[in-house]
Amino acid sequence: MKLEGRVWKFGSDVDTDAIIPARYLNQTDPAELAKHAMEDERPEFIREVKKGDILVAEKNFGCGSSREHAPLALKAAGIACVIAASFARIFYRNGFNQGLPLLESSEASREIQDGDLVQVDLTTGEIFDLKQQKKYFAKPVPPFMQELIEDGGLIPHLRKRGLKGNK
Amino acid sequence: MATIHPMTITEKILASHAKRKEVFPGDLIDARIDLALGNDITAPLAIQAFEEMGAKKVFHRDRVVLVPDHFAPAKDILSAEQCKVLRNFARAHRLTHYFEIGECGIEHALLPEKGLVLPGDVVIGADSHTCTYGAVGAFSTGVGSTDLAAVMVTGRLWFKVPESIKFIFYGKLNPWVSGKDLILFTIGQIGVDGALYQAMEFTGETIGKLPMEGRFTMANMAIEAGGKSGIFDPDQMTLQYVKKRATRPYKLYHSDPEAKYKEVYEYDASKIHPQVSLPHLPSNSKDVKEIKKIGIDQVVIGSCTNGRLEDLRVAAKILKGKKIAPSLRLIIIPATQEVYRQALKEGLLEIFLSAGAVISPPTCGPCLGGYMGVLAEGERSLATTNRNFRGRMGHAQSEVYLASPAVAAASAVKGRICHPDEVIRKGV
Repeated sequence: MKLEGRVWKFGSDVDTDAIIPARYLNQTDPAELAKHAMEDERPEFIREVKKGDILVAEKNFGCGSSREHAPLALKAAGIACVIAASFARIFYRNGFNQGLPLLESSEASREIQDGDLVQVDLTTGEIFDLKQQKKYFAKPVPPFMQELIEDGGLIPHLRKRGLKGNK
Repeated sequence: MATIHPMTITEKILASHAKRKEVFPGDLIDARIDLALGNDITAPLAIQAFEEMGAKKVFHRDRVVLVPDHFAPAKDILSAEQCKVLRNFARAHRLTHYFEIGECGIEHALLPEKGLVLPGDVVIGADSHTCTYGAVGAFSTGVGSTDLAAVMVTGRLWFKVPESIKFIFYGKLNPWVSGKDLILFTIGQIGVDGALYQAMEFTGETIGKLPMEGRFTMANMAIEAGGKSGIFDPDQMTLQYVKKRATRPYKLYHSDPEAKYKEVYEYDASKIHPQVSLPHLPSNSKDVKEIKKIGIDQVVIGSCTNGRLEDLRVAAKILKGKKIAPSLRLIIIPATQEVYRQALKEGLLEIFLSAGAVISPPTCGPCLGGYMGVLAEGERSLATTNRNFRGRMGHAQSEVYLASPAVAAASAVKGRICHPDEVIRKGV
């Protein structure tokens, strides 16, 4: 699975309140949530972000609350993938459950700059910065997780595969 | 009998729930869940997922708990709709434990109080502070709404067995030093990702004497160090708390003395003084006495971290017969209806009202900038809550300082962040 997009660069410990402030959590509509993604952190983000853009952050991305609205808002805003030096635990699980691929690479997180154009290959874990002409490697996303991303998250994935829950 | 390697309490609980004799850190296990929790923010998404999966019923109607606490009593129409989703689901599935506001409270204070989370349990909740229940010797962790939905259907969830880190506290606590100070200090030492993916086990002679309230506060904030869970060895104090409340049988697990830890930290508690965490990370903790004079506009005493009876008692001890600074607003939020009632009986609410505080019904409210005390641009609040991220309590240009109820109450009197000694001589 290959992605290409403009980079939005963020720092360390970007918390879920920054990703989607709690004042918007009185509803669950992804399009509404997306309108407020990163609103306090970087107001121009939501005006300028385009479908397929890639978010790059430093360590502990998504720390704080368990709100699944966070990956939901980023995905609905158009973000195709998040690359970070490390992720907070709950966000990591929520990201894949919502079909948002997450890659860990300290080097990529350090070197890639805001506005760079990068290519990401989820199958190989290869990250290529077209502007800087530099290549980085993250752990590849295993095939079953890629399926989950293609299906749009864990629930659509389970539905597609015919798992209907208990009766 | 084949020998089983020495395990931590966390490993033992997870092994038992995966029907294994032993587990090792890094093992992926499929575990039985004793209790699953959702609130008015996270449950609507989970219920949506539950329905999308085509599920017809929950795995056990006593084991799925719904608590409207974040924006309840409903703060606006949208919140009311979310609360309605919970109410309707609870009725449709005949959930035993849905708490309407008159019997409700902040989930992580409410569930232990009602005897729903017990030693040896595996508990998941779609709320990051679900780690609170480690205080009773349970493995307990926060998940997202999709994982909650999966558990609502199956009663099971996969986990990676975490490595454990041991925090040993020894020495006598200084006056006014509480569980809040110990955990803020600890997070200051290891950082907001210092325990990422790991189980934080709190132990030592100081912890053995720490009341349950302090243990709840410490376990509650394990997530602020990135921890998967926080846990305490269940002892006499745990049993005393749990015995009269338990709604079902429970089992005590204890770490083996030779169990392996990723790291062991030892802290001399007698050297820890009342702490305050400066904006915008819980890890920015300092001795209150070290910081310069910082004026504040608002003080909040409450939340799943510090809204329990003992917290209110400490605050009342300091506020008794005193008035808050005229420039400041003091908001007190008993964490549950039971705490509220008991505070009323003990005369604590009278003390707060006389001091100039406003008393809110139980709610998460201002902690996450929801309502009941949201900050305007440039305002500064000292709060007994758990997070001081940018904009957490309101405007992006507002600030939150974290501290214990004692520091909060004293600071409300002074109008600036201060050590309780400045307001009252004798410590608790």
